[in-house]
Amino acid sequence: MSLTPDDVKRIARLARIEIDDVQAQATQAQLNTIFDLIATMQAVDTAGIAPMAHAQEVYQRLRDDVVTETDRHAAFQAVAPAVENGLYLVPKVIE
Amino acid sequence: MPDASLSALAAQLAAKQISSRELARQYLDRIAALNPAINAFITVDAEKTLLEATAADARIAAGQAGPLTGVPIAHKDIFCTDGWRTTCGSKMLHNFVAPYDAHVIQRFKAAGMPSLGKTNMDEFAMGSSNETSYFGAVKNPWNTTCVPGGSSGGAAACVAARMAPAATGTDTGGSIRQPAALCGITGLKPTYGLVSRYGMIAFASSLDQAGPMAPSAEDCALLLNVMTGFDPNDSTSLEREKEDYTRDLDQPLAGLRVGLPREFFAEGLNSDVAAAVEAAVTELKKLGATTVDISLANSKLAIPVYYVLAPAEASSNLSRFDGVRYGYRAPEYASLDDMYCKTRAQGFGAEVKRRILIGAYVLSHGYYDAYYLQAQKIRRLIADDFNQAFKACDIILGPTAPGTAFKLGEKSDDPVEMYLNDLYTIPANLAGLPGMSLPCGFDAKGLPIGLQLVGNYFSEAKMLNVAHQYQRATDWHSRQPEDLK
Amino acid sequence: MKRGHDNWETVIGLEVHTQLATRSKIFSGSSTAFGAAPNTQASAVDVALPGVLPVLNKKAVECAIRFGLAVDATLNRVNVFDRKNYFYPDLPKGYQISQLAKPIVEGGTLKIVVEGEERTIHLTRAHMEEDAGKSLHEDFHGMTGIDLNRAGTPLLEIVSEPEMRSSAEAVAYARALHTLVTWIGICDGNMQEGSFRVDANVSVRPVGQTEFGTRREIKNLNSFKFLQQAIDYEVRWQIETLEDGGRIEQATVLFDPDTGETRMMRSKEDAHDYRYFPDPDLLPVKLDEDWIEAVRAGLPELPAAMQARFQADYGVSAYDAAVLTGSRALADFFEAAARACGQGKLAANWVMGELSAALNKAELDIAQSPVSAAQLGTLIARIQDGTLSGKLAKQVFEGLWEGAGEVDAIIETRGLKQMSDSGELEKIVDDVLAANPKSVEEFRSGKEKAFNALVGQVMKASRGKANPAQVNELLKARLQ
Repeated sequence: MSLTPDDVKRIARLARIEIDDVQAQATQAQLNTIFDLIATMQAVDTAGIAPMAHAQEVYQRLRDDVVTETDRHAAFQAVAPAVENGLYLVPKVIE
Repeated sequence: MPDASLSALAAQLAAKQISSRELARQYLDRIAALNPAINAFITVDAEKTLLEATAADARIAAGQAGPLTGVPIAHKDIFCTDGWRTTCGSKMLHNFVAPYDAHVIQRFKAAGMPSLGKTNMDEFAMGSSNETSYFGAVKNPWNTTCVPGGSSGGAAACVAARMAPAATGTDTGGSIRQPAALCGITGLKPTYGLVSRYGMIAFASSLDQAGPMAPSAEDCALLLNVMTGFDPNDSTSLEREKEDYTRDLDQPLAGLRVGLPREFFAEGLNSDVAAAVEAAVTELKKLGATTVDISLANSKLAIPVYYVLAPAEASSNLSRFDGVRYGYRAPEYASLDDMYCKTRAQGFGAEVKRRILIGAYVLSHGYYDAYYLQAQKIRRLIADDFNQAFKACDIILGPTAPGTAFKLGEKSDDPVEMYLNDLYTIPANLAGLPGMSLPCGFDAKGLPIGLQLVGNYFSEAKMLNVAHQYQRATDWHSRQPEDLK
Repeated sequence: MKRGHDNWETVIGLEVHTQLATRSKIFSGSSTAFGAAPNTQASAVDVALPGVLPVLNKKAVECAIRFGLAVDATLNRVNVFDRKNYFYPDLPKGYQISQLAKPIVEGGTLKIVVEGEERTIHLTRAHMEEDAGKSLHEDFHGMTGIDLNRAGTPLLEIVSEPEMRSSAEAVAYARALHTLVTWIGICDGNMQEGSFRVDANVSVRPVGQTEFGTRREIKNLNSFKFLQQAIDYEVRWQIETLEDGGRIEQATVLFDPDTGETRMMRSKEDAHDYRYFPDPDLLPVKLDEDWIEAVRAGLPELPAAMQARFQADYGVSAYDAAVLTGSRALADFFEAAARACGQGKLAANWVMGELSAALNKAELDIAQSPVSAAQLGTLIARIQDGTLSGKLAKQVFEGLWEGAGEVDAIIETRGLKQMSDSGELEKIVDDVLAANPKSVEEFRSGKEKAFNALVGQVMKASRGKANPAQVNELLKARLQ
């Protein structure tokens, strides 16, 4: 498995992390050594093995349909970068 | 600093030999004196601490104290703490004051244990040396040119230096156990689901667990009693009957079958570490244990599996850090998209970005089956190895880390070399099993060596029993760094 | 290639997002009430603060089970939540919790009636997911405002097979689905408030081709009218494009109600790689048999069953049965009226005709009808027993609507009783015949229309109270 700088740029785009050509090159090299590490597990025959998502065989607990939360927007928005009239502000979204 | 166990401190408080305020003051003074050299703390707020201590004293006076009321503790800066800056070691949250308490923090508050502050950590818990923190590296109190281990490096260092009698840590691939080993203290990662993750900033959701870090196993048992318990706000929190983790501490070890995985004593293991662990095995045999050779054949795949699963989950968990609702936002940007990209490029450090990219890649279209799904399947093989092993033994023992504390900067250029530090600790996280590290000696350079115990699901009391009996027969856990006494 | 609509077949599949009628959100205990001040119903979990975790609302699952049973679908006894990862400011976690590989409901069918013909549409699946917040683009000095009150509202996304072949069929399906989800009480159906939102996947292919053409997705249609207009425009546009030699690129488009056109939102190149994986913060959802049976027992009689019963028991047509089961309230009203008077067909006519017209005009729905089912039943009974003619009954209806009292009281006070005394009527008939010799003559010489004119004169002379059937009889007899 070998990533190209284009791969790195594409993934960075997916992850919304800005990366210039120089960084992409450096990152590519490091990522490729990590992928070499990961490659060892790809060859293992896992036919018929069920993937393990959780340690215990437990199922999702269900919550009663009751309103338990109160209005805490003042506290939550005290730490927000940009707020106006109770709304979080972001650069204009163009559809 | 007098080597005070939690139970000793609690007794002193109960006997009014000292007040919680006085005790907190002592630790705060020690923090002020030592932290500049160690950098174990990101946030200290003496005023808040003393307020909490005063409240604890009131509870003690009113006869409403719990077993550890008034005993102070430091918290890894990964736990959201209402009104306290909670940074996760990152620029992304460097000014984030949490508006709510993590469940674990609530439990410590209910127990009446004042917070001494928020300890330093690898950024977003990603690291094994505490060198990736935005707030600077943590130094190992045993040798300040060396790393303390990570990601709970600050917690381990502050306990080792006795800046706090105990600390909370979190462990995803070894982040409690490995720094505990490198700093000569005791640390425990519980069975997955025993401690609530609500309010614990997520790294890899299916692997993260919070746990205690303190000088001794007995201390850890007392802390586990505070930390564990069902939380309805965490869907992965298990509903079980409340346990007293101190109940089996004094059980004799006669008849204990200790499994020694041959894969944990193979090449890559430092010879001083091997020798110390073997000496510990001898000690346990004197206490009545027998040993069994076991094999965890798939454990060599644990690292690649971990470096697929953990980054995958992390890449998704860290998407919420986007500069919109809290945390760092880039000062300049040309559009919404640009804001996201610059905020995340500037707010995250290099290791975090690397892992996000790996994670995004292994989940991306066309690669999911070959990477993520494959890793989950091998995970089951690794868990099955343990299930098999526990048919032949009661507890598994090995070294916690392949070496001792390495020099600052020594491994930080090569991510893969860094990852190999977690060789022995990762399998327990993948299986969801409880694991513990306790001190068992020193290397030729005087750096601490840790021995790891891995137990079957929900066998914490047994693990603590083995550790406690070992600690009664030895004194590695009582040693403190000379220069800092 | 020959030009023209007839050479092309339209293929439509609908994805409908229904907001489930729960009090609290799917993964948090915040209220789902509509219209609150911005971000006042957004808890730590909804705002995606660091460290928060989701916990599943039992009622949301119950709603999904109810739906699955109502459409005869497969209920996956173990179903799983997945994360759908993408960046958007109204999606605070940077991922939406949804279900991909193992949804709670798979398969299912829905009967629709289009131009009198019944068709069965197959559903692919229905899954639970959380709604996103809202973006407000009105100017905040060039910024967009984000309100997370809606973030975390439970949704059931219902996906149909691409079996619809016209906008009419698509609308019929959407209406039938709307009726069903409100009928079983899982959704309030308020389209203005965004409780029921339709995405239409539209493609065309030459008639006879089995391969599907490239489809474009029209997003977020919140009225049946827009659904129909958007599809019609899109189909025309696709056909014209193809006939001009162009290609259809897969894309997501928005419908602009002002221009009546669809325009591209994003193309396939911009298409997201959602990197789905099972959400590690949630455990698999298990549905046990007892629960499913309890939900099944609590289901009301469904529209399809009720339609069949109305046809069998009350003699109404399939078309009428479909209309009458447009909502549970309407169906219940009809049934009560039909039972009260024992005249199913008449009750159907009155409910679908006079009553519906009056309700529409006054912009009321059936629940707000000033005329009760019992009153309508009585009115119809009075027609049956000859007290009222159809025309007179209409006047009584008006009286009922105005709240002028009960049926018999209105008949009395307004003197609307149909003339029953044949003697009196005979006299009027004789008078009219005497007064209209020309019409008599015209009728006798073969002009049918003249008869109607005479009938009209008799009705007028009796001030509408004559029994039209009697008038006909008497005139016929006299004119022999």
